[in-house]
Amino acid sequence: MKPAPFDYVAAQSVDHALTLLAGEVEAKLIAGGQSLMPLLNMRLGRTDLLIDIGHLEELNHIRIDEEGRLVIGASVTQADVQNHPDVLAGWPMLAAGIGEIGHPQIRNRGTICGSLAHNDPAAELPAIAMALDAVAEIHSVNGTRTVPVEDLFIGPFMTALAEDELLKQVVFPPQQEGAGWSFKEFATRPGDFATVGVAAQIALLGENVSDVKIVVFGVAGSALRLDATEASILGRPAERAIDIAVSELEMEIKPAEDIHSSHLFRKELAVELLKESIAEALERCL
Amino acid sequence: MEISVTVNGANQSSEVEPRTLLVYYLRDELGLTGTNVGCDTSSCGACTVHVNGESVKSCTMLAVQADGQEVTTIEGLAPSADELHPMQQSFQDNHGLQCGYCTPGMVMAACSLLDENPSPSEAEVREGLEGNLCRCTGYHNIVKAVLACSGQDVS
Repeated sequence: MKPAPFDYVAAQSVDHALTLLAGEVEAKLIAGGQSLMPLLNMRLGRTDLLIDIGHLEELNHIRIDEEGRLVIGASVTQADVQNHPDVLAGWPMLAAGIGEIGHPQIRNRGTICGSLAHNDPAAELPAIAMALDAVAEIHSVNGTRTVPVEDLFIGPFMTALAEDELLKQVVFPPQQEGAGWSFKEFATRPGDFATVGVAAQIALLGENVSDVKIVVFGVAGSALRLDATEASILGRPAERAIDIAVSELEMEIKPAEDIHSSHLFRKELAVELLKESIAEALERCL
Repeated sequence: MEISVTVNGANQSSEVEPRTLLVYYLRDELGLTGTNVGCDTSSCGACTVHVNGESVKSCTMLAVQADGQEVTTIEGLAPSADELHPMQQSFQDNHGLQCGYCTPGMVMAACSLLDENPSPSEAEVREGLEGNLCRCTGYHNIVKAVLACSGQDVS
């Protein structure tokens, strides 16, 4: 036996899961389990009760709502989103970024909402969700609240989710017509967690940058929205965007050092990936 | 907990502890030892099986999560006792195995890959098998075996 003992309940509904979550027993939610199971297997984590929501049909939806937003329920797997025609058409960065997550077997089990609720600082989905201004819909026995994902991620493996709350679905607003996007990461081997990655989306008005979103991950405790770098190129000529952004980025990020890479290497990677992603996003602008 | 799983077409009802990983259920409870355990953390792919037709790593799924599902292991691929599945045959024909430890997982992942993409390029095969490690580093012939099984000329 790898994990420490726990009780297991396959929730009959979201309400059932919320009631269990609000109970006395220390509980964790599981859907695909692709982050949680390795932690339990290595006994880096343990819980008294696992509440399974992965099989719930009421959470298994990918749909476009009346406002044109993409709504993804908590039991939807990454593989289902990666190949979904509406996602490919309207949120191509999301589809492309999912392709960088783990391996096919992992994407067949792992969920979008699970990755967001786990918030690994080197994970793709928190960064992508931030770059696309996604909003988390959070439920508990006490009610419902919506939180921009930017406010959901508060530190490495930490989110604003309370112990009795469930991330029921994540909502991606329609993206600006004609905006170009790019998703780039560096990992030592394909499928590994990224050392550093960048998600960027840029829109142009004439020759100038009219909208920009840049998120970098792997350089801080959580995915990082580059507010200063974005501000530095907003309204500026596209042809100068890369030079301006790079000099701003060098002041804006202060990567830490770990066994995988020095802080200097991380910074260099961030600079190179930023250059490549701005160039690619500009090429994709219509 | 009582679970009921269809494994290789046969219905199996068993009593399992909730923390039992699917791979240990298959090996220890059902005696299907063709599925190997490598890393227990979904890195190596040795434990790849199909759940409802999709490849998953059975070390990061609980047996209780397979309740009511259909699981196929390497033992369930071949059409009969004296005939190999085309992918198994292709691995043999193209020397796609050395020590054999990664092979069941490789074959299961490869079958899943061809289900989704019946005629992949070499790059697509390598990408599709990125979740499976071969510590003999026999990747070249594994890729060749998968391409040959898809009907492509590898000579």
